[in-house]
Formats: sequence, structure tokens, C-alpha cells
Amino acid sequence: MNSRPTNVVIAGLGGQGVLKASDILADVAFSAGVDVKKSELHGMSQRGGSVSSDVRFGAHVFSPMVPDGEADFLVVIAPDQVAVNEAALSKGGILIEPSQINEASLPNKKSINVALLGILSRHLPFPVEAWLGAVQRNLPEKLHEANLQAFSIGRNQG
Amino acid sequence: MILDSLQQQNATALLSGDEAVALAAIDAGVKLGTGYPGTPSTEILETFETLGGRAQWAPNEKVALEVGIGVAFSGARALVTMKHVGLNVAADPLFTAAYTRLDGALIVVSADDPGMASSQNEQDNRRYALAAGVPMLEPSDSQEVYEFTLRAVEISERWQVPVLLRMTTRVCHSKTFVKRGTVTIPAPHTPHFEHDFPSRVMIPAYAKPAHRRLRKTLAEIAAWNDKAGLNELVKGSSSLGIITSGVAFQYVREAAPEASVLKLGMTYPLPVERMREFAASVDLCYVIEEGDPYLVEAARTAGIAVEGKQEMYRFGELNTARVRRILEDDSSPEAKPVPGKPPALCPGCPHRSVYTALKEIGCIVAGDIGCYSLGVLPPFEAMDSLVCMGAAIGVGLGMRHSLPPEEARRVVSVIGDSTFVHSGITGLVEMVYNPPESGHVVLILDNGTTAMTGMQEHPGTGRTLAHAHTGKVIFEDLVRSLGIRDVYVIDPTQDFEKFEKLIQSCLEKAELSVVIARRDCLLATRSIREYERCNEQQTD
Repeated sequence: MNSRPTNVVIAGLGGQGVLKASDILADVAFSAGVDVKKSELHGMSQRGGSVSSDVRFGAHVFSPMVPDGEADFLVVIAPDQVAVNEAALSKGGILIEPSQINEASLPNKKSINVALLGILSRHLPFPVEAWLGAVQRNLPEKLHEANLQAFSIGRNQG
Repeated sequence: MILDSLQQQNATALLSGDEAVALAAIDAGVKLGTGYPGTPSTEILETFETLGGRAQWAPNEKVALEVGIGVAFSGARALVTMKHVGLNVAADPLFTAAYTRLDGALIVVSADDPGMASSQNEQDNRRYALAAGVPMLEPSDSQEVYEFTLRAVEISERWQVPVLLRMTTRVCHSKTFVKRGTVTIPAPHTPHFEHDFPSRVMIPAYAKPAHRRLRKTLAEIAAWNDKAGLNELVKGSSSLGIITSGVAFQYVREAAPEASVLKLGMTYPLPVERMREFAASVDLCYVIEEGDPYLVEAARTAGIAVEGKQEMYRFGELNTARVRRILEDDSSPEAKPVPGKPPALCPGCPHRSVYTALKEIGCIVAGDIGCYSLGVLPPFEAMDSLVCMGAAIGVGLGMRHSLPPEEARRVVSVIGDSTFVHSGITGLVEMVYNPPESGHVVLILDNGTTAMTGMQEHPGTGRTLAHAHTGKVIFEDLVRSLGIRDVYVIDPTQDFEKFEKLIQSCLEKAELSVVIARRDCLLATRSIREYERCNEQQTD
């Protein structure tokens, strides 16, 4: 890892699993033993409004928030939230959005957040087992199967 | 789950600041955690309870702090949590608790919300530490939250004063590494009571010497803060030095990695000599702080030459980019963020019926704080004021007293269930005592939970913080006991027309009417059913 952290912004609408997705990503980075910080806003944002969460990891992370224009990856769960969050993305940064997933292939549409993490996982230096473990640690058991499938659909697609 | 991953010695976990307070409270042997829910502080007590601590919701922050004072008078350790505006409610006991002598520890968490992610103002509660004469610690990440909470207990017992732990939204809700067991403090005392009238009975004869004692204690703490303290020095360039505190430290380190930094862990009383020495050691010394120019004013008052931020950076949160701009003395307009989707009342939310009716009738609505504050936004646009918790009733009465009769008759006060318990009851007493000529209509929106902060219990639900059965305040009985005769309980969603007619008929009378619109929050219905089922099984 170089000194600049890797910056990921996950965005969407309240209830779409933005915070769950960022918890999973932060957990993966944590188990890899790198420094990690995660930031999010609760409260008013829970009522169906815009929600975003920042995850930063690397040798050392200071601010928990990703500065505008410095996100290496922007994962957007609601298509209409791309415009709202685009300013976060760095030049050459990678946008990951729902159109990259064939929703019909998901066992449960609600797992779109985890499917998008599957796409993200291809770009990050963490072993697949770490991702699968984090998905299971952060979700109740009855949701494991659908989400592990969603993850592998994202990871193996495209 | 948190504790599981932290069982081993030296174990680390990724915790939010709120979770880190709770973990430290467990490790400090805190006897009782109490508070009132408020973003971004709510998760502290919930986590404390999950970790096995005794945590309870109080009806409001004032009562919570008073309970905490009693715990500390008994020699035990108390944790009292609230959001920044909660400290306004608790300010009365705070100022005088500072004069008293505590036997145990009293830690008051003030979770400030610069930028107002979920609040009605962005007051900077460092001013409270100064005004009340209460030491204040300001952690900058979850590890420091953990350590400072333990230190706060130690400081509180050493000097027998309350200690404010000031957190901000980004400290409360960011997750960063926490290593457990990095700080050890003396074991708690065994609780017992000793009479000590001059130290705890603040009649003027005892309060006068108590005030002098407090100032002497603060001078001692300031001297400690200068010599030992919780400050951190980052040695860097001698051309640029930055004095900072709290989460701003993180932005400073990222924006100016070359700079020398003095991070203040205790921001009241300040380590003035340490600041002076630091400022003298660099060519140019900046103060970078979120919110009010509190540190910069204190430094300048002490004759320390420092540069502050421009006024535009007083508003909203700081971040790395803004700190870069401050250091570059850049006051050009900042890029406006693309507006996101605003929050809205959930589809099927019972508040929707209420606002539809109020709008159709053409009411003037004195509103209050909760999910139903969203009634001000389209499509309803049916709430005319929001000031603070409980204000709906007083503000509504004031309007009834002053508006011309045809307008006065349209005024309605709207208040949620938890907010009503928090500070609406005294408003009703005012209504009975000083009734407007045109009467008044108070609408209590009882959705069976403290919905906005994430479904916390309150005295009107009859369940404790941990959702177990306990005493229940029955609103309609309480309201009638005050002498209000015109009291209705109605489900606003079941028969909308009936509900609308009821409001209309109340408005037409020149009486004091209270309508309790009762329907569980859609998001809470399932959990409420589950809690009730568990509680019933336990009673059987």
C-alpha cells in the first residue's frame, strides 16, 4: 500500500443498504490489517433521502471523509444518485452502478448493494474469502445465501 | 458482537465513536448510563446496554443529568448522553453541579452537530464548558474516544467535578480502530452516602465558597493541562504550526502533513502556556477549529499571535479541502454540492394523514421536533414553526394570544409522543393556567416510538431502553388529570374523514382540546409486536 489511502464512496437512498455495504467493505479492509476509517451520516437521511458513506483504507488514514474529487471508486446503488455524488470521483476514478448488474439474475433484488461490492472487489487487493467472510459477519444468517450469490454475480460479471 | 471481537487482550475492532464511549464506560465500571435519544449520540446508551451496562432513557436531558448527579453523589460512576441541544435542557443542573463536590464520576457527553446533519442549530458546546466551568475533553477518533472517556472518569474523580466529553457527528459516527485496554484507571469506589451540606446544598451561604472552590480547582486543572494533559505534539516544519482539536486534527494532518501540530485533548480549561510555547516555536501559527472561533479567541485574549479562519468557514463542518483553503487564505466561493434527495415521510406513515387534514383545513401549525418535522416539506407544506423540543405548545399559545380572532382560531400545536414527554407537559400546564380566549387545539402524534432517532422507547411506550415492560405514562389520563376535558384518542389513518372532522370541530369550539392521534410508526410496528410478545411470555 502506498501512503495515499484508497478512497471509496458508496451512495444511494435511505433503505438501500448503503451503510451495510460500507460496513462490509470496511470489515474486509480491517481483516486485511490495513488502517481503515469509515464515515456516514445517520438521522434525517434515514427517511428515504440521499445517503452516502465513505470508506478509506491504506497504510494510514487521517480524515474519515473522502475529499471531493479524490474517490478512486464511486459505488452508486440508486441510478438517480449518480449526478449527486459524481463530484466525489477523481479523474480516472471508477464508477460502479446498477446498470452493470443484470438485476434479473439476482436471487433477491435487495442484494444489489452486495452485487455492486462484487464488482468493486475485482479492483481491490483483498482475497475473495475475506469478502465472503465479511458479507456473512455483517448480515443475518437467513440472508447469507442470497447475498453470497449476489456477490459472486457481481464479481464474475463483465 | 463488538465485545466478542474485543475479548482478547490488546484486541482491536473497528468501532464508531459512540460504540467506543460505551466500551470505555464498561471498562470504567460505570454504574448507570442515562440520557435522551438524539442524533448523533443515541447509539452510546444502546451499545452500553448491549455490552451489559445498565442504561436507561430519561424523559429529557435535564432529568438524565440530575439522575447522573445523584449517582455521582453516591460515589458511583455515571454516564449521561445527549446531543448538543440537549445540553441546553440540561444546562440548569450542569452549572450548579459544577459547584458541588462529587464523590463518584459524572461524564456528560455532548454530541455536537456542526453542519446540522440532523439538528435545528449548530451551536458549539465548547462555550458551555467555559460558561459552566466544567472541564471538557475532545477526542478526534474512536481510539481517543475510548481513552478520553476513561480519562474523563479519572479527572472527574480526581478533582470531584463533572467532565464534558464533546464529540461531533464525524467522531460519533465514523468507524476507526479501537484497541482495548490501552488506559487503566483506579477501580470505582463502593457507593455510600456521607452528609456534606456545604458541598452539595447550594444555598447562597454554601454556594459562595463553592464558586471560589470551583475556580481554584479549574486553575489546578489548567496547570495540569499545561504540564501533563492530554495534548499531542506532532513535530514538523518550524515555518507552519497549527493548533487544533477534535476531528479537525485529522483534516489538518491530511491537508498539511508537513506542519507542526499541537492537538489539544482538553479544550477547557486550556493549556495556555503550552499554546504560547508552541506558537512561539513556529514562524506562523494557525488555529484550525470547527464551528465558533473559540480557541482563536482564547489564544488572542492570552496575547498569543495566531491566524484563524475566515468567517465563511464558521458555517458547516470542516473537511480536508476546507482546511486546505483556510491555510491558503482562500475565501473564493466554494463549489455548491449537487442537492440530494431530501428525506420524506414514509409511504403509509400515519403523519401523512395528519398533515393532509391540517393542510385541507388551512391550519396555522406550531410544529415540533421529530419525523413529523418533515410536514414542512412538499407535498404537505403544513408546518409553520419549529424551534426546539416542546416548543409547539408554547409557540401555539403565544400565537393564539396575539393573532386576530379569525386567524387565532386556526392555530394548532403538533407534537410527537416522545417530544411530548420530553418537554410538552409543562406546555399543557401553561395552556390550562393561561388559556387563550379562542381556546386551543393540541395534537399529540403518538406513533408509539421515538421514530426519528431510530425507534427508541420512552415513558409513553411502557417499555425500558432494553424493551422490557415498565411503568407507562398514559397520555389521555395525564392530560385529563390537568383538568382538560375535551380529550380524544383517534387513529388518523383508519377513517380519515372522521379525523378531519374531529380537528375541524375542535377548532370551532373556544375550548382547550387535546387530540391524541395514535397509530404505531410503520417501521416500528413489527418490533413493537415482537417486544410485547417477549414480555408477555416472560410474565406467563
